[in-house]
Amino acid sequence: MRLSDVVAVLGGFPALAGATLTVHRSEILLLRGPNGAGKTSLLRLCAGLLPVERGEAVVLGCDLANDRAAVRARVGLLGHANGLYSDLTVRDNVRFWGATVGATAGEVEASLTRMGLAGRLAGVAVGRLSAGQRRRTALACLVARRAELWLLDEPHAGLDAAGRDELDATLRAATTAGATVVVASHELERAGALATRVVEVVGGQVREVAE
Amino acid sequence: MSTWRVARLVAGKDLRIEWRSRVMVNQVLPFAALVMVLFAFALDNDSVLTRVAPGLVWLATMFCLLVVVQRLFAVETADGALDALRVAGVHPGGIFLGKALALAAQLAVLELVLLGAAFVLYRAEFAAGGAVLLVTTFSTATTGLAFVGTLYGGLAAGAKGRETLLPLLMLPVVAPVLIGATRATEAALGTGGATPSEGWPWIGLLALFAALFGAGGTLAFGSLIDE
Repeated sequence: MRLSDVVAVLGGFPALAGATLTVHRSEILLLRGPNGAGKTSLLRLCAGLLPVERGEAVVLGCDLANDRAAVRARVGLLGHANGLYSDLTVRDNVRFWGATVGATAGEVEASLTRMGLAGRLAGVAVGRLSAGQRRRTALACLVARRAELWLLDEPHAGLDAAGRDELDATLRAATTAGATVVVASHELERAGALATRVVEVVGGQVREVAE
Repeated sequence: MSTWRVARLVAGKDLRIEWRSRVMVNQVLPFAALVMVLFAFALDNDSVLTRVAPGLVWLATMFCLLVVVQRLFAVETADGALDALRVAGVHPGGIFLGKALALAAQLAVLELVLLGAAFVLYRAEFAAGGAVLLVTTFSTATTGLAFVGTLYGGLAAGAKGRETLLPLLMLPVVAPVLIGATRATEAALGTGGATPSEGWPWIGLLALFAALFGAGGTLAFGSLIDE
């Protein structure tokens, strides 16, 4: 993933103001920075949801200025919202999102197990779950989607200790399998221990952090 | 993933959500019945009610359409699922067709109930000779309404004040369906001495409407739900 002097606008205001960043395959990159610095915008741009106004952005070999649709199918984005259907069960949600990439029933069950959702919990409607359990369900959906690039915004939020451990193990397993992970987080100790590299986002620009 | 596979997946998901939530059964159908009863109270004349029954059925359908479309997109925006659908990279035309299919299935149930209520409350009469026209009218009008509802629901989904914006945008557009479906239903039921042959030209209008919005929606839905 390579961003070069990228400018993006959100609601008439500059969300990214000349962001330059390179992320290598199988890296776990932590984006840190104050509120409103542009971390979420950076993730949404990489997911193909925010258009590139200026500069060059190449994600998974696709130029975002010309071909956002091609990138979308290969990334998994977990934003502040979970992207779940509250009237459907945990299993139905994971099955639905997995089906968008042709995941088999076995892969759906493996995703549920990976995030500690197998058994009785899989049959419960998402609307009846706690915030942490919903977050786990959203992560199980991402696992089922077999994304090549994981873009996670505050993924640890709402998770208990076991859930955090399962998330970290899932992300490490994903990178071992060749995926790349970009995490935006304010939980610097937890996410910092997970990350292989840290950058700081300030005022819509990216700075390397020497640690 | 092919467009039709996406459509089947999205339609199945939307219908499963309705089955589990029971919003159609517990809220929309009682609302529809209430509208029909209120029409009867307001007009309070058997012969007038029989004469205007087809129009009232379609007017009540339009009101309920707004409720069902709001609900169809509320499930997508409540927890950011619409964003997730966009990132999923599935064909937006498939999402449009799937949501339209689910909406059409719900409208079909609703219209059956409304038509039944018109026979019971307004003493509308069924003419056996108009059965084919009646089925064709409901099929083509429902298809057109489902396409328009999905298109405008998607358009309003990301807008501020979408609850009030949707009726303002959609009701003028569905006016041709209201007129065409009412005239064709009158002809099918023999209301006011109309004959089935008078209804078929209106089917042409309804079919053209459905074809235009179906094709337009399939092509434009991706841009509509995008930022």
